[in-house]
Amino acid sequence: MRMTGAQILCEGLVKEGVEVIFGFPGGAILPLYDTLPQYPQLRHILVRHEQGAAHAADGYARATGKVGVCMATSGPGATNLVTGIANAYLDSSPVVAITGQVARPFIGKDAFQEVDISGITLPITKHNYLVLDVASLAGIVKEAFYLVQTGRPGPILIDIPRDVFIDQAEFDYPTDIDLPGYKPTLQGHPAQIKKAAKLINEAQRPLIIAGRGVIISRAYEGLKQLAETAQIPVVTTLLGIGCFPESHILSFGMLGMHGMAYANMAVEAADVIIAVGMRFDDRATGKVSGFAPYASIIHIDIDPAEIGKNVPVAVPIVGDVKLVLEALNRLIISTEHVDWLQQLGDWQKCHPSTAIRDCEGLLPQFVIRKIYEITQGEAIIVTGVGQNQMWAAQHFCYDKPNSLISSGGLGTMGFELPAALGAKVGCPDTTVWCIAGDGGFQMTIQELATVVQEKVAIKIAIINNGYLGMVRQWQELFYGRRYVATPLSGPDFVKIAEAYGIPGLRVRRKAEVVPAIVRAMEEQGPFLIDFMVEPEENVYPMVTPGAALTEVLEGPKEVKAVSDSAELPVSNI
Amino acid sequence: MTTKHTIVALVEDKPGVLTRMASLFRRRGFNIESIVVGRSELPHLSRMTIVISGSTAMVEQLRKQLDKIINVVKVFDITEEDTVARELALIKVEATSATRSEIIQIVDIFRANIVDVAPDSVTVEVTGDENKIDSLCNLLRGFGIREMTRTGRIAMTRGGPGRLPVGKQSSKAQGKKQEA
Repeated sequence: MRMTGAQILCEGLVKEGVEVIFGFPGGAILPLYDTLPQYPQLRHILVRHEQGAAHAADGYARATGKVGVCMATSGPGATNLVTGIANAYLDSSPVVAITGQVARPFIGKDAFQEVDISGITLPITKHNYLVLDVASLAGIVKEAFYLVQTGRPGPILIDIPRDVFIDQAEFDYPTDIDLPGYKPTLQGHPAQIKKAAKLINEAQRPLIIAGRGVIISRAYEGLKQLAETAQIPVVTTLLGIGCFPESHILSFGMLGMHGMAYANMAVEAADVIIAVGMRFDDRATGKVSGFAPYASIIHIDIDPAEIGKNVPVAVPIVGDVKLVLEALNRLIISTEHVDWLQQLGDWQKCHPSTAIRDCEGLLPQFVIRKIYEITQGEAIIVTGVGQNQMWAAQHFCYDKPNSLISSGGLGTMGFELPAALGAKVGCPDTTVWCIAGDGGFQMTIQELATVVQEKVAIKIAIINNGYLGMVRQWQELFYGRRYVATPLSGPDFVKIAEAYGIPGLRVRRKAEVVPAIVRAMEEQGPFLIDFMVEPEENVYPMVTPGAALTEVLEGPKEVKAVSDSAELPVSNI
Repeated sequence: MTTKHTIVALVEDKPGVLTRMASLFRRRGFNIESIVVGRSELPHLSRMTIVISGSTAMVEQLRKQLDKIINVVKVFDITEEDTVARELALIKVEATSATRSEIIQIVDIFRANIVDVAPDSVTVEVTGDENKIDSLCNLLRGFGIREMTRTGRIAMTRGGPGRLPVGKQSSKAQGKKQEA
């Protein structure tokens, strides 16, 4: 049957099971928008800035495990997606971005609203396409959806010129894919798995570091079985939170720059580390030369390029985490590590990294803890970036995968509101809390209108300290308290929410916190709480940038003020 | 320890592949000495020969990052293998009636060819490994080199099967989401 390019695209999206598209129209993509009403299975959600569309698609994908789809017009529409695409790329999130492009005769002529978006997104997409022939569109959609969610997931961009939307072709959705250059290894190499099993069975102080790969692969059972059979303690990266229940006796929290001190100490003392679906990001490892000095590292990951990239590995195993763990578990002997676990338990007691100090004023950690207590771990938490993010990671006990959605790799402020929107659209029956800082919230605040128009009942908690908190913390600790460009004014967020049509409350005192949260939960629709917290609170523990994981600042008394920033060792930020 | 490595990549003849690879080199800070790309023995596959300076670990990372690119089919590091490596150069040398015969003698010794003669210059075509071409250039420099263009290294292992056994030229996937 002959169809237009726009229809072919829509048919393809429906065939791929797409139900929601977050987007913003424009000239180049208008023919596609005009076709949408013919496909009522595709719900379009109009955002207020294309960055919101990209983050919403990302949040949707992470919450549901499905592919998130966003679309925008050419030129500025496409460039506004770039941050969201880069964010999805660094966190391996399955997002398909569709952009309109100027008509083919105008490409390369600096036409109105023309940018080379496929060129711009080359380094931040798993793959991208510029569709120059409508006959190839169906195959491209098929390929795109195959690539986006297999192997190591990553964003795919499809750039479609306006006249290709209008051109017609015979619609024939392919059943096969021909990608000779793409064959992800799923089964781990048996010899390597045997080697790993031997190391694990003989280890005295084994440790599992689990990352987002466990969640992508849905390898929860295998991970639990490995940990329980061989009595191995588990720590997670930020993005791995929830892949192993934090209430489990073998869970020892998050490692890294703001991880639990005892988790970092476990890494330093381990003799065998089993790294599962994580990539040794510098936030997790601290100074690489000081990372896990006594451990042989087993690295299980589906992306061979990650293995050996940052850290030397004794036993590399390329493969799908779930399948590798299944094979590995068949060779693991049931053991105990009583002394090792005792040691970790002692460290945990002596270094209560998540203790909240007594304070008359309103502490952000206290607010976060109360949200946890009232939601009882049943909510999806979507965070911004910075102090609010770290506190949200530290002061909850996450038992379920995808219960924490956070921008890890790119660390994008402004991710929180649209991503929470996307998560709630994908999981309408789950409570979704958006935890934002006052700085990040102002970056994508316009999506409050989307929340209202689409009746998305998210709960918003603004951790409002009048600063760009994390940057201010660095300025306090390493730049002699010179607060340059960090004191940040904001509007009356409650009034803004009301102006958008969202009820809200301001909280200034400890006693007001619980009633406010309860009030928010009772509200049928969206609700916003502006928590005016202690302005100069710091996130602890903290590993100084450039230091090894065990050089942990656990509280204010240990701070050595470094007044000359030139003394900072060379490191990433 | 930095050494020179020769990488051969077989890539699909699709738009954007070369840009993606070049973008990868720049972004990950790889030190590329030369890149040559052209057709291979397989239809729809181009063959790229890359000479890169770096440590073994760095080159291994490059190989894996290149392999990640969807349209790159296979990547080999043939540095350690027994190979034939060649480069082509065209060199336009200043030549007067006085110097021309000396130039011709040098060209003969190197088994190179003169492909153009003009009143005040000759153009030399030479094929060989890098050292041979470097030596010829040094000798000709004395006469004055007006223009020079070199292709960069292409290389192939001696003997052995082709790089992609015929049956494995394409892999058809069913297009199902990877779900264990």
